[in-house]
Amino acid sequence: MTAPTPSPRAEFLAGFRAVLPLIIGSIPFGIIFGALAVTGGISPATAAAMSAFVYAGSAQFVAVGMITAGVGNWVIILTTLIVNLRHILYATTLAPHVKHLSQRWLLPLGFWLTDESFIVTIQRYNRADASPFKHWFYLGTTIPMYINWQFCTYVGLWAGQVIPNPAAWGLDFAFPAAFLGMLIPQLVNRSIVASALAAGISAIIFHRLPHQLGLIVAALCGVLVGMLAEHWSSSAITAASEDAAPTPTAQGQVKK
Amino acid sequence: MILSEMLLVAGMALVTFAMRYPVLALVSKLTLPPTLMKALKFIPPAVLTAIIVPALFAPTGSVDFSLTNDYLIAGIITAFVAWRTKNLLLTLAIGMAALWGWRLLLASASFIQS
Repeated sequence: MTAPTPSPRAEFLAGFRAVLPLIIGSIPFGIIFGALAVTGGISPATAAAMSAFVYAGSAQFVAVGMITAGVGNWVIILTTLIVNLRHILYATTLAPHVKHLSQRWLLPLGFWLTDESFIVTIQRYNRADASPFKHWFYLGTTIPMYINWQFCTYVGLWAGQVIPNPAAWGLDFAFPAAFLGMLIPQLVNRSIVASALAAGISAIIFHRLPHQLGLIVAALCGVLVGMLAEHWSSSAITAASEDAAPTPTAQGQVKK
Repeated sequence: MILSEMLLVAGMALVTFAMRYPVLALVSKLTLPPTLMKALKFIPPAVLTAIIVPALFAPTGSVDFSLTNDYLIAGIITAFVAWRTKNLLLTLAIGMAALWGWRLLLASASFIQS
């Protein structure tokens, strides 16, 4: 791959091109999010505000499910925090590359940080060329992603009103199906598989806990088991699995 | 939009932004404990699994391991497609097709029985 000509415009366009497949992958999620919000009886304004101000696909999906189930606000907010914790990892990884930027840059780049933008942007930063405009590449991954997410939400809000009772069609299966499509490629080493197994088993054991607290308990069990598994495996295996550290894969928008 | 929903969106927006921006802007001034960094990478697969499993094994609220649990059957097929293709759109499409196909199969089986 040839390095883009170092100009802000070329970097921005290169970022857009790099993130384009991931944007396309996020389209069904945006539409399904809007449609499920309508089905779940959430006001279109609330759904649109979530996409505009929260802008975090998986958290929005989980929130819609919890609102529909009558879960209290504070549990939803706590779950949002947990679902979005992974952004700390992304931000920590990107931070050394952007610390020269002003707040005028960091505020929007931070707000628009998603799985998709992170994945392609960190690859750009890791390329050796000395372009001084790599943050324009980052910006180029974020703005189209954001605009597309808003657009897809509106399409979904419309589709949810047009298609009667999407749940009867099994359209809610798109949730776990899409999440499986994101999860499976992340299972790249034994400690992550152990972590996922533990999370899955505890999710069944605790699924009757009120307010979907089972999700939080199961996720924490999974993280704990993953860390223990990593600790127990030999240092050689640990070193190898570190190399294969999970690329947070295309989560559609669900991953922001 | 009612007040409670406005507060919810505001709260969600706040905690999400708090996961994204401050670390990006301040991390050069602080170091996160290595244990936390190790734990963070397990969060996406653990959370995803914790969401998926009840949706497949207990779609109606109680655990159902039977063949009539169409979500579970379609989920197994979906997982296989995800593993073989690593293609999100294809996984979604075949997964939905598997669900409808299995429902069709169950419907015709019960039709023949009756």
